[in-house]
Amino acid sequence: MLRFIAMRLVKAVIILIAIVTLNFFLIHAAPGDPAAVMAGEAGAADELFLQQLREQFGLDKPLLTQLGLYLSGVLQLDLGFSYRQQMPVADLILDRLPATLLLTSTAFVISLVLGTLAGVLASARVGKWSDTVISTVALLFYATPLYWAALMAVLVFSVQLNWLPGFGYETVGGNYEGFDRVLDIGQHLILPATTLGLFFMAVYMRMTRASMLEVSTLDFVKTARAKGLKPGLIQRRHVFRNALLPVVTLAGLQAGQLVGGAVLTETVFAWPGIGRLMFEALAQRDYNVLLGVFFVSAAMVLLFNLITDILYRVVDPRIRAS
Amino acid sequence: MLKRLSTLAATLVVAAGTAYAEPVAGGRANVVIQPEPPSLMLGLVQNGPTQMVAGNIYESLLRYSPDLEPEPQLAKSWEISEDGLTYTFHLYDNVKWHDGEPFSAADVVFSADVFLRETHARLRQSLNYVESITAPDDNTVVFKLKEPFGPFIGIFEGGTMPIVPKHIYEGTDYKANPANNTPIGTGPFKFVEWVKGSHILLKKNEDYYIDGLPYLDEIYWHVIPDAASRSVAYETGVVDILPGGSVENFDVSRLVEMENSCVTDKGWEFIGPLSWMWLNNREGPTADKRFRQAIMYAMDREFAKDALWNGLGKVAQSPVSSATRFFTDDVQKYDYNPEKARELLAEMNYDGTPVRLLPLPYGETWQRWAEAIKQNLEEVGISVEIVATDVAGWNQKISEWDYDLAFTYLYQYGDPALGVSRTYVSSNIAKGSPWNNVEGYENEKVDEIFAKAATAVTKEERQKLYTEVQQILTEDVPVAWLLELGFPTIYRCNVKDLVTTAIGINDGFRDAYIEK
Repeated sequence: MLRFIAMRLVKAVIILIAIVTLNFFLIHAAPGDPAAVMAGEAGAADELFLQQLREQFGLDKPLLTQLGLYLSGVLQLDLGFSYRQQMPVADLILDRLPATLLLTSTAFVISLVLGTLAGVLASARVGKWSDTVISTVALLFYATPLYWAALMAVLVFSVQLNWLPGFGYETVGGNYEGFDRVLDIGQHLILPATTLGLFFMAVYMRMTRASMLEVSTLDFVKTARAKGLKPGLIQRRHVFRNALLPVVTLAGLQAGQLVGGAVLTETVFAWPGIGRLMFEALAQRDYNVLLGVFFVSAAMVLLFNLITDILYRVVDPRIRAS
Repeated sequence: MLKRLSTLAATLVVAAGTAYAEPVAGGRANVVIQPEPPSLMLGLVQNGPTQMVAGNIYESLLRYSPDLEPEPQLAKSWEISEDGLTYTFHLYDNVKWHDGEPFSAADVVFSADVFLRETHARLRQSLNYVESITAPDDNTVVFKLKEPFGPFIGIFEGGTMPIVPKHIYEGTDYKANPANNTPIGTGPFKFVEWVKGSHILLKKNEDYYIDGLPYLDEIYWHVIPDAASRSVAYETGVVDILPGGSVENFDVSRLVEMENSCVTDKGWEFIGPLSWMWLNNREGPTADKRFRQAIMYAMDREFAKDALWNGLGKVAQSPVSSATRFFTDDVQKYDYNPEKARELLAEMNYDGTPVRLLPLPYGETWQRWAEAIKQNLEEVGISVEIVATDVAGWNQKISEWDYDLAFTYLYQYGDPALGVSRTYVSSNIAKGSPWNNVEGYENEKVDEIFAKAATAVTKEERQKLYTEVQQILTEDVPVAWLLELGFPTIYRCNVKDLVTTAIGINDGFRDAYIEK
């Protein structure tokens, strides 16, 4: 197992460097000059000012030199400096990380738990009305654009019913402390986390249902029935466990995206996370921030892929044996 | 729509005519700030959101009334010599920086002569006229000019010449100074906290040098990135003030019709945002003056004002905004006249060559406006293709002259020498910047008049020259002027004296109070 993990880590580092290099060229290939964007925000610019900005941020150097400097920085875990926000990129990402992790992991848990449960329930009642209802709702969640769902959620639960706050991480100026603060953040979390979780909830439900139905037709399940095991036990011990592999794969993929944030959700709900940081950096061509977010996201995807592979071995002894 | 517009107009009148009670101290203002400022160090960054927040932290020597007359800020009085070469400012003597250090004339000399010369591109151009800046004593500053510069008295506004603390910045790397994250000014509010992506908190400066001011205890600036969510924030009472441009124009009427909701389009007089379409004067049909004039006749600008801008603002008559000094309407007029446009196109034998139109990527209103213009132009036979970009891509296309027609709006800063000439003088033609003469218009006479007018001493002389240049430009149509933009500031009616100067809420919280 250790050798397996070591090999995968070496591969991951190589892939990460390749991703950083590719991202670097892709971002620089996009039209737009960060110095011009910043100068424009100042309401005026002359050639001297633009030149000052380009020199200050190293944008006047040849592209390959810029790449070399960036890569050497990354290898020393220095993600560079934000042109626009005048702060180290690592600090900017770390500032936003807690809010993003809270949002995405809550959405992850909501979608995984509710989606899988709904899938199990639907598969156990296949063809009945409850299966139809669950499948229809899942289809609705799957097809609804996130942006629209988010705005509707704010309109209904915040504007019309006044049950939940519509945006922000906590009540600005509320000065809550201790449990009151936890409660306040929790209230602010409900709408964005649920909205963000809807799509994956539907995916988990559909995947779990399909996988459960497929596994339940296999020979070992028939054998279990022939042995006289109770249906509930067969579902839990034999069908569910074997149906989990595709769900674990999907959960691994989703978990890898946790750190990347959720641009639309964070924008509509004014959630101060990494998704928004990335979107704003893209609009401003703040190259270092973009590269930093992509680097951290890519690293997380690779890490969670590794964890998924390890989990495969735990869940399925056949993979371990091979 | 008409009903809504009449309601909005009525609300504007009511807001303007309200008699206020005695100001009361205390309370909190919840304000939207969009987009989130990159920094609050106004000496380093002078974009709109930075100035809106930091204009309450930093100050300059003067403020300006809505008719652009100078008023005291850090300078309690001033004199200008008859030859227009010496400006002497007498400062308040009881001013302290937010960290308790005394403020003096040395801070002004350091800011204007050292710090801002390095960091402030727009001010640097005006400071080229300055021979020396000296402080004969702690409370007096003297600016001596090389030659008269007409708009000089107009450059002492907070965003143009913010005064920064010498004791913190002298001898340091300005951009890397850790104090940039905890700005220290002399203004009515002190910086307390900035939770990135969430909010900025300013608290009352208890040691402010004008007794009794400010009235408010604190200001929370809320960062809400989505325009629809900003509207909802106002509707649900999370914020009380939506500065101009915070929400999409189609939401304005609805928000204004709410109970206890007021609106004003004042507070933009100094900035004077004027919108137009760049017309590429170098090549294609837009190189022909008759084609450019045809565009002016083809556009129904009154419709755009009423349908897209809620009736706020004015149809632009000339390259100079009517809020800016030396405006004249004694120029060629371009009322909506599609027939005249068709005649001009026929006269030049326009062959239907399509033109590319770049909307301004600043939101839905601008996209709709581009579609309205496309429809206007197609009605007279001009084929238009809309090209979508984001802000950075737009900047690049304009900077490299890769467009035929392109929306923009620029600030005028109260004087043609500061905010108008830069668009038309031929010395300002250079690739690499989207804010110079990117249309490529060249006219020696225009260059000469702008140069003379900037250094003329008397107002009469300047008016004569600027009238002449406005007449030449409106005849030549180097760009297609659209509207003097009216950005509505929406606020609860019990917030009083919010907009009292030519830069509105950028320095408005000094006098604002909440009526109980």
